[in-house]
Amino acid sequence: MADDRAVEEPRQPAAEGVALSEPPKGGALSQAWLVLVMATFFGAALAGVEHKLGPVIAMNKLNETILQVPSLVPGAVETTPDMESAHGKNVFRALDENGRLVGWVVQGRGQGFADRIEVLIGLDASVATITGLFVLDQKETPGLGDNITTRAFRDRFAGIGTDVTLVAQNTTTNREAGVIQALSGATISSSAVCTIVNQTVNEVKEPLAEAARAASVVRGDR
Amino acid sequence: MAMNGPTATERFVNGILPENPVYRQLLGLCPTLAVTAAMKPALTMAGAVLFVLVCANVLVSLIRGLLKPHLRILVFTLTIATFVTIADRLLAAYLYSMSKALGPYVPLIIVNCIIISRCEICSSKQGVVTAIADAFGVAFGYALALLSIATVREILGRGTWLDIPVMPLTQGDYGWSVMILSPGAFLVMGLLLGLWNWVEKRRARGRLGASAPGA
Repeated sequence: MADDRAVEEPRQPAAEGVALSEPPKGGALSQAWLVLVMATFFGAALAGVEHKLGPVIAMNKLNETILQVPSLVPGAVETTPDMESAHGKNVFRALDENGRLVGWVVQGRGQGFADRIEVLIGLDASVATITGLFVLDQKETPGLGDNITTRAFRDRFAGIGTDVTLVAQNTTTNREAGVIQALSGATISSSAVCTIVNQTVNEVKEPLAEAARAASVVRGDR
Repeated sequence: MAMNGPTATERFVNGILPENPVYRQLLGLCPTLAVTAAMKPALTMAGAVLFVLVCANVLVSLIRGLLKPHLRILVFTLTIATFVTIADRLLAAYLYSMSKALGPYVPLIIVNCIIISRCEICSSKQGVVTAIADAFGVAFGYALALLSIATVREILGRGTWLDIPVMPLTQGDYGWSVMILSPGAFLVMGLLLGLWNWVEKRRARGRLGASAPGA
């Protein structure tokens, strides 16, 4: 049986070559109508799927965010979503067991090497220091860029002041200077995470620090 | 359209062992190596491939009379990409942690040669019933390969099978960690492939009869 195939195989490409060498008949539309119809149909189908599943996926991410809050802000035991303090940003208040504000968790997103990266950034109450980082969604290169999700990489961000601009470099991490040790083979993914953190922190720094001051005045903490 | 290809039953049986996509055709090896560190991601991947393969084969078979030879690959890719995106979104909605564990390997089914090769070889030339049988056969063959590699790697690497402890001393930090890492994937894949080839060779020699010496 194997011998039969060996004889047959060289014939097939030749036969196909003859068919392909004939110039395609008809205009562009008569050639491509099937592709156009299918693309339209599939586009609509995918929009329908996204419409149906989008909220479920968003809820999964929200649940994961809530689970991650205690590991992102030291001393936090519970969290409440806060959509007012920084407009247009998903912000979560991290509260200790007495309900006191101990920090913030902010969702940030930006373009990575392959696709959009979504992160959660933990900040202390006065938004002076980054307390933690978690990667919520990414599709970076397996084995290289996807190491941004590892604890070893994420821990490089904890303890850095929000007044410095983060850069990813091929050196050791220097928290005072805002230098993050880039992952080997994944400088773009590492830089992308730094850029997302910089942008997000800059956007929420002022409004959240203000909200934290207001909260402490109301409670009479100071 | 010529209808003289293999029958539905032949397609189904061939996909599982004689033309196994991994062990015989060596297709789709990237996800095979990547998702087989444990049984659960391997099972999920096998399920996603089954879904995409059945859907793509049915659709391509239904429109096979309309295909233009020079646009067929475009149509196949469009079809596969749509069903892969649906599978990816379904996983993210209902198996969120597994979707995170598989990472980009589910979207990467789009470029998996196993599926486009079935569109080209079977469903663009044969009827729906044969295409469905072919999809199930090949998907089961792929699942067999993934699960066999994952079984070896999870048991040796973690001491568990489907997260159930099966090795003594699993409570401690038992683990032959190279089995979970990439080199383990290559080692197990290569050894199982060699074993499979050896079995096939023996069976072929057995069929030839007298010329086969007992080993």
